[in-house]
Amino acid sequence: MLTNAIIYGFVNSVILMLVALGFNITFGISGIANFAYGALYIMGALACWVFFNSIGLPYFFAVILAVALTAIAGALMYRFVLLRIRGLVLSEVIATFGIGLALLEFFKYIGFIGFQYSLPVFIDASINIGRVVIDLQRILIVIIGTSMAAFLWFFTHYTRTGLRFRGIAQDERTALSLGINTDRVAMLSVSFGGAYAAIAAIFILPLGTINVEQGYSVLINALAVCIVGGLGSTGGLVLASFLIGYGQTFTVTYLESHWVMLVPLIAILVILVIRPSGLFGEQKQLEERI
Amino acid sequence: MQKRKERVDRGIKARSNDVFALSSWREMLYLAAPRLLPIVGLLLLSVVLSYYWQRVLLSVSVFALLAISWDILAQSGMVSLGQALFFGTGAYLAGNMNHYFGWPPYLTIPLATIFGGVLCTLFLIPVLRLRGIYFSMVTLVLPLMLVRIIEATRIFGGTEGFSGLDPLPNKWVEMYLIITVLLTALFGLRRLMNSDYGLVLKGINDNDRSVMNAGINIYWFKIQALFIASALGAFAGAFMTHVYMFVGMPVFALDYSILPIAAAVVGGIGTLAGSMLGAFILVPLSEILRGLGGLRIVFYGLFLVVFTVAIPGGIFHYIQRKYHQFERWVEVE
Amino acid sequence: MRTSPLLNVSGLYKNFGGVQAIAGLNFEIAKGELLGIIGPNGSGKTTAVNLITGFVKPTEGEIHYRGKNITGRPPYKIVRLGIARTFQMVKPFYQLPAYKNMIIPLYSPRVKQITGGKYGDRDAVALDLLEEVGFERDSFVAYKVASVLPQGYLKRLELAKAIALQPDLIILDELFSGLSLAEVASIVPIIEKLRQQGKTIIMIEHRLKELFRIADRVIVLNYGQKIADGKAADVINSPEVKNAYLGSE
Repeated sequence: MLTNAIIYGFVNSVILMLVALGFNITFGISGIANFAYGALYIMGALACWVFFNSIGLPYFFAVILAVALTAIAGALMYRFVLLRIRGLVLSEVIATFGIGLALLEFFKYIGFIGFQYSLPVFIDASINIGRVVIDLQRILIVIIGTSMAAFLWFFTHYTRTGLRFRGIAQDERTALSLGINTDRVAMLSVSFGGAYAAIAAIFILPLGTINVEQGYSVLINALAVCIVGGLGSTGGLVLASFLIGYGQTFTVTYLESHWVMLVPLIAILVILVIRPSGLFGEQKQLEERI
Repeated sequence: MQKRKERVDRGIKARSNDVFALSSWREMLYLAAPRLLPIVGLLLLSVVLSYYWQRVLLSVSVFALLAISWDILAQSGMVSLGQALFFGTGAYLAGNMNHYFGWPPYLTIPLATIFGGVLCTLFLIPVLRLRGIYFSMVTLVLPLMLVRIIEATRIFGGTEGFSGLDPLPNKWVEMYLIITVLLTALFGLRRLMNSDYGLVLKGINDNDRSVMNAGINIYWFKIQALFIASALGAFAGAFMTHVYMFVGMPVFALDYSILPIAAAVVGGIGTLAGSMLGAFILVPLSEILRGLGGLRIVFYGLFLVVFTVAIPGGIFHYIQRKYHQFERWVEVE
Repeated sequence: MRTSPLLNVSGLYKNFGGVQAIAGLNFEIAKGELLGIIGPNGSGKTTAVNLITGFVKPTEGEIHYRGKNITGRPPYKIVRLGIARTFQMVKPFYQLPAYKNMIIPLYSPRVKQITGGKYGDRDAVALDLLEEVGFERDSFVAYKVASVLPQGYLKRLELAKAIALQPDLIILDELFSGLSLAEVASIVPIIEKLRQQGKTIIMIEHRLKELFRIADRVIVLNYGQKIADGKAADVINSPEVKNAYLGSE
């Protein structure tokens, strides 16, 4: 049972991490609140479903198109809404939350509810690790998850655009005076986050069905991981997702499965008490220039 | 010849501003009317409406309270995305006290108000030292999590909740209790926020380092503002528990978090009366839209977006401006 | 008989990530002195003030005020002990009129403690205090919203906010910066008056000529350390100081 828990715990953690990465890109790294994240996640999955099932495109193209569509949706959201309220964090949060809400409820309204809404598994097989049976989809998730995290780390530390993402969060005026087109970078950041959300959805949702309610859970989990890990820190995010992921898996294995939702809550409460700005939180309250 | 729009205070405003001996009935009426309007209006509505719309009025008043609570926090620099936390805490406290101990409403409601305020404040103290966004995130996440926890662990009645709780003596008590509390909160807190104490809170929102430098413990002030706001929200929750004679998971629903924000955004952030006005617009609107089912929330979402982007000031500021000033075209010199 | 210093900073170190802002700073100031702190940009002057007033916690070292260890205490507690400061980049409440800006310091527990709660109506006290720093009453400048006031008035407002707290030690961070000669000349009497009231003053300045006219003693910081300490005339001629400001050959 222990090896089972360890392996599934790993997968669970990577799932959490994958989900939180996209949110972290816009919010933690670029400083733009995008509370429509859950909606973008679901949108990516539903777009893929529609392209694959209703339009009949080959799955590969459906995936690419869905990711592109979500990225464009993010860019549009920035261009028409966020652009006008940049810098007013409250308005950003409310407006994006409103969009996310409208989208999710709209999906529910036009009827994307039911078992037929599920994405196909990439490879329908499983392998054995020791005595534990694990399906290849989960393995694939782990591979994708770790490579996306690594890519993000590399991107934000070593590429020009990635560094610009970080720059606009730290001081927008300085970024502007250095010739960085902050609006374009911000738009890129939001669509990047959207793309990550879509990719995460497409790989994770085949494990079950596309349930629009999950749009809210995704936001909660992403927020929990970011709070515990510390906004802006990819390393913290990874660590936090493993802590929460393993916590959840062990709870399900050794305690009762309905305590699962308590794990992120306890994690948040504990982190608030011992280290409020998150495990590797970079932006503490008072360390600004006076 | 170019013209520009000029705004000038109305004569009557200039005459009646800060003057303690008003010289005419007209001036006194000018000042008193905006204040009397909600009082008289509410009292009138409470008697002339049909039974169905009276229940709606109850709902409106509760949301108005939550909106005022939100506005107080916003003016002090804390943006709450989870008024449902306060509402639900108060509701469950009252519900539990009534269900397990059998205490009557006139005991559970005050106790739930105070302990609800204390509990929520304690929960949120750790985030007060951090950047404002953490406060918003935690208040957003907590009610959503509490719902799932209650569902999963089945405590406090689980998915069914507690029903068959004690009601309030009669519908007039219900109505006038909430109206009294609402009006007291509105006028009392308005007074508070306009006093020097309120100035400190607004200063914390504006420039907290400057306030720290003035020798004031900003965290203590934030805690006080948080307590006031959460106690108000807890009262609303406890009250509704006894009106519906039921408490369950829906008390932590997103509706209770979003609508107060929408009301404040639409009505006017920074003015308590505006938030109340927003509630008076949105809740009946929501009732009328009820026929649309799921689309209702879609409209809310869109409504929020449009208002946040297009009319950041809110309706109340617009009305206030019209009431106090008039505009005219003048030549540009 | 040497009385113990009012403020004593010893062995102070502060580093921000990779930057060593303060590297072993020691100095003291006696009651009633006017101490100038000068030094090239980046030498740690403002950081030193932030450390003393509690806005930043030191990595190492201690600060003693009237013999008590105040290292690392939060700003509101430091103010209550009698230390007030102004910010180099003024921080008024821009949306409020100048006199309403004063309400917040006047609301502070420090004021209540010193005056025993019988100060009077805050608005009136605010107007009086503003008049003392040069907000002429009959021009109604005090009623103007802070966002329309020029820098000279904003600096005075900042000073008034510090004075309102009735401190024993005032720390002025670059009060003269951004002011014309005439404006500086009109603020100097206010500082002199504070001295006559027995207050101890620390002034961080770049405007050396104006500072040297009023300072009793001057210390020079460079790279987070004190490189000179003495009377203005002596300090300005020391080779280390010249080196720090002008660079060596």
